[in-house]
Amino acid sequence: MARSPALSGDVLTPDDEATATVRHARWQDYFQLMKPRVMSLVVFTALTGLLAARTPIHPLLGAVAVFCIAVGAGASGALNMWYDADIDAKMRRTRGRPVPAGLVKGEEAATLGVVLSLLSVMLMGMAINWLAAGLLAFTIVFYAVVYTMWLKRWTAQNIVIGGLAGALPPAIGWAAATGHAPLNAWLMVLIIFLWTPPHFWALSLYISTDYAKAGVPMLPVVKGAKETRRQILLYSLVLIPICVAPVFTGLGGWLYLAVSGLGGLVFLTLAWRVFASTAGDAADPRPADRDLYEVGDAAAKRGKPVGDARHARNLFAFSILYLFALFAALLAEAVLGLPVLGLKMLELPL
Amino acid sequence: MSRKDIDPAAKARGGRNIALGLGLAAFVILVFVVTVVKLGGNVGPHF
Repeated sequence: MARSPALSGDVLTPDDEATATVRHARWQDYFQLMKPRVMSLVVFTALTGLLAARTPIHPLLGAVAVFCIAVGAGASGALNMWYDADIDAKMRRTRGRPVPAGLVKGEEAATLGVVLSLLSVMLMGMAINWLAAGLLAFTIVFYAVVYTMWLKRWTAQNIVIGGLAGALPPAIGWAAATGHAPLNAWLMVLIIFLWTPPHFWALSLYISTDYAKAGVPMLPVVKGAKETRRQILLYSLVLIPICVAPVFTGLGGWLYLAVSGLGGLVFLTLAWRVFASTAGDAADPRPADRDLYEVGDAAAKRGKPVGDARHARNLFAFSILYLFALFAALLAEAVLGLPVLGLKMLELPL
Repeated sequence: MSRKDIDPAAKARGGRNIALGLGLAAFVILVFVVTVVKLGGNVGPHF
């Protein structure tokens, strides 16, 4: 157990007595360091990249590739939790994480992150190929060092640039299957890269007070809610055409066209509502952490003061659904062997 | 000594050790199986 004077042999102080009630760390706490929810999305997009390449790969090697990507993502999550423990302790959304909660020592989180990073990259290189391993190593370093240690505390563009780390798994998956990363792989990366800002800014609109308290220069904290709402709309206007683009590059089929087109219209509608709203102007209306994902009228019916923040919450929730649906459509088309729609005149030398 | 008499710290440490041991064993098995699969593609045609 971390921070336990009873174990370290120190004399108990009143503050120590409070922390001494913290339970002992279990293996599940170390698993939590790996951000399993983020890891699940990474696994899903990497698997989609691997299968969308439509290149035969031994099932076991495919599973090992996805496993390495998952472990690499978990490793960078552990490094993030180690370095950001001070920030996490100040925010309601993150103060229950193992390190700020006093369950796991920061050094243990860092060690776990470094060991898993090395293992995942080495295994990927030896079992799959070194292009995939190199991309995985780049992703880990970019997230743990460039984003966590540098961008996050320095610029309001933190999640724009840092979003590259979360966007790369499809390219790693594709590289694992084929040994190279063509334009279509990078198109999948671009989709996630452009999806990240409106997704996180919608969230930050209604928890901006937490970010301000923690000293994280998120866009609403630095530029204000109005500018954030404008940026959300601008990024959404760029995002949706890019989401439809795979239909023209020989990556997506009819199913993907329907999902990206219809879902894109809903996304733009929600982004416009956020733009036209006063979301983020008032203080965080959430009465508890568990209400983070509660959206729209559901919260109002339960008598909670959601205010205009509901538009931001709706966009945040739908953005997750939209990205999932896009990649699920690509995955389904690849698994079922459905034809892609790439227009002859627009076929690219992939 | 009954189960409830076990020191919670020792119990938690034991659980972590088992998880670590299982993880290491799984990793060794995984590397072995991957090696067999990758080499299998090369040696298969000779049989």
